[in-house]
Amino acid sequence: MSIIQIKNLTKIYDGSQIEVRAVDGVNLTFDQGEFTAIVGPSGSGKTTFLNLLGGLDRPTDGEVIVDNTKIWELSSRKLIDFRLNNIGFVFQAYNLIPVLTAGENVEFIMELQGRPKAERNARTKALLQAVGLGDRMNSRPNKMSGGQQQRVAVARALASKPKFILADEPTANLDSKSTETLLDIMEHLNKEENITFIFSTHDARVMKKARRIVTMEDGKILSDERK
Amino acid sequence: MIISIAWRNVWRNKLRSTVIISATALGICAGIFSAAFYSGMADQRIEKAIKSELSHIQIHQPDFLNSNEIHDYIPNANAITGEIEKMPGVAAAGSRIVIHSMISSAETAAGVKITGVTPEKESHVTNISVKIEEGSYFGDDKRNQVIIGHKLADKLAVKLNSKVVLTLLDMDNNMTYGAFRVTGIYNTLNNMFDEVNIFVRYDDLSSLINLPAGAAHEIAILSATNEGVENLAGQVKTLNPELEVLSWLELSPEMEYLTSAMDITMYIFIIIILLALLFGIINTMLMVVLERVKELGMLMAVGMNKTRIFMMILMESIFLTITGGIVGVGAGVLISKHFETNAIDLSAWGEAYTDLGYDPFVYTVLDWNLIVNVVVLVLITGIIAALYPAYKALQQDPSEALRTE
Repeated sequence: MSIIQIKNLTKIYDGSQIEVRAVDGVNLTFDQGEFTAIVGPSGSGKTTFLNLLGGLDRPTDGEVIVDNTKIWELSSRKLIDFRLNNIGFVFQAYNLIPVLTAGENVEFIMELQGRPKAERNARTKALLQAVGLGDRMNSRPNKMSGGQQQRVAVARALASKPKFILADEPTANLDSKSTETLLDIMEHLNKEENITFIFSTHDARVMKKARRIVTMEDGKILSDERK
Repeated sequence: MIISIAWRNVWRNKLRSTVIISATALGICAGIFSAAFYSGMADQRIEKAIKSELSHIQIHQPDFLNSNEIHDYIPNANAITGEIEKMPGVAAAGSRIVIHSMISSAETAAGVKITGVTPEKESHVTNISVKIEEGSYFGDDKRNQVIIGHKLADKLAVKLNSKVVLTLLDMDNNMTYGAFRVTGIYNTLNNMFDEVNIFVRYDDLSSLINLPAGAAHEIAILSATNEGVENLAGQVKTLNPELEVLSWLELSPEMEYLTSAMDITMYIFIIIILLALLFGIINTMLMVVLERVKELGMLMAVGMNKTRIFMMILMESIFLTITGGIVGVGAGVLISKHFETNAIDLSAWGEAYTDLGYDPFVYTVLDWNLIVNVVVLVLITGIIAALYPAYKALQQDPSEALRTE
């Protein structure tokens, strides 16, 4: 069953001289539980596509429908709430809040949702354990390796119980061992808990794990293969 | 958790925050100390005016203060004084003969205000008796003694035991003279007062001008408490409806203006300090926002709404200013408390202060209302300082912000 429908999604940047079609009339659907890699060379439109999908960047044309909600028809305030409750984000540079501990970074998202303290505590503990960091609950990001920080970011993305997780080049800053660990965790969460992952990547190891590979070039879908 | 994040964010750049907190603390401390200093100075000026010049309440014939006419006397002043002394809330009372006239020495002459007092009573109403620098305050029973201020003594070039002549009109409007000997020279540390006020015995002056027995121009009353003055003045007025009864504030309204003017000056001073700090805090908060563009983008992306982002920046600015404010208020209060009992010695510039009637030894007085108002002003400064940086933060586009390096 598809949870995301993308219809004729287009993003045009107006330069001073030339018009850049970063995403050019993309039509796609994503089903619950998919583990999809968006691949393509630099400048192919992967990050822009994820930003449009995540409600961060407004499309020039087209629609993104998540569970029957046309997200770009939502008001700015409702869109923020929609992102909070429906989409998990994992960024290339981890982007944890440096003044919060690993546990607080995860709990923070649930506090924004207004969940009770007891639930937040229990879920934070469970999520950090799920990403293998149960013992780093009270560590600040600057005391953790890049791989550990990215695992905290995955736990944070899962904290809000989102419909899907968008990860923009999640392994780009990681060494091979950390990449392996992170991919295993993401794959495990996908298989065991049916969590939908959509990530952009250049990394061959990530593509190897993905069960669906969407290739982009010049803002268009070049291929869409399911393994 | 937003409060916790804001507080921890304050300490992300310890040096920068410490500098701005220190600047705030220093400014507030200086503001509070200055306020306490000027408040103390004004209070001492008022206290001096009450103790040396005015007393708390004065009674006259209705026209006397305007005319200074010798015939505008209170016929039964000594009897009224006796009754007032028995009233509850009265610490002391004394009747006075008051004449504006001339004093001459061998060298020169000067216009003066002659006050004829009953020394035993007057010494309880005003404090001239304890301000004697040379000689004594009517120390023996000899007739025609005069107590003059040190400034007048210098002007007339007279010393202790020098002879001076008082020239004045008597009750029959005849010019009369009295030779008096200087038996005391006082110094109230108010040159303006000391230069024009001289004191003689009631009996000596009364016989010189032929004033009827028991009469006087002025009855001065010292209240047991400062707070009870207005109430006491009301009671005295009820008992003597035909006379003019004025409290020290009515007698010398400039004293109240002095306090008000000092207060306004201090608020202007503190507001100028806070305005200067405001720009420093805005600058710091702008740096904070511009340094954290990517983080703000992430927060917006993951679902932190604009109200919460605004609150986070607002709280950070408030924490920054209020921390400096609390340290500044604490330091200001401690320093001011110390100088409440240890005078600030300005005697190096003493002449300038005494010429204006101020004491060169200043004891600070803390005004707790001002401190509460300062804390509120600091809080408002913190809020105002956050507005523009917060606006800049809210203008960020999350996808653009996330691309920032």
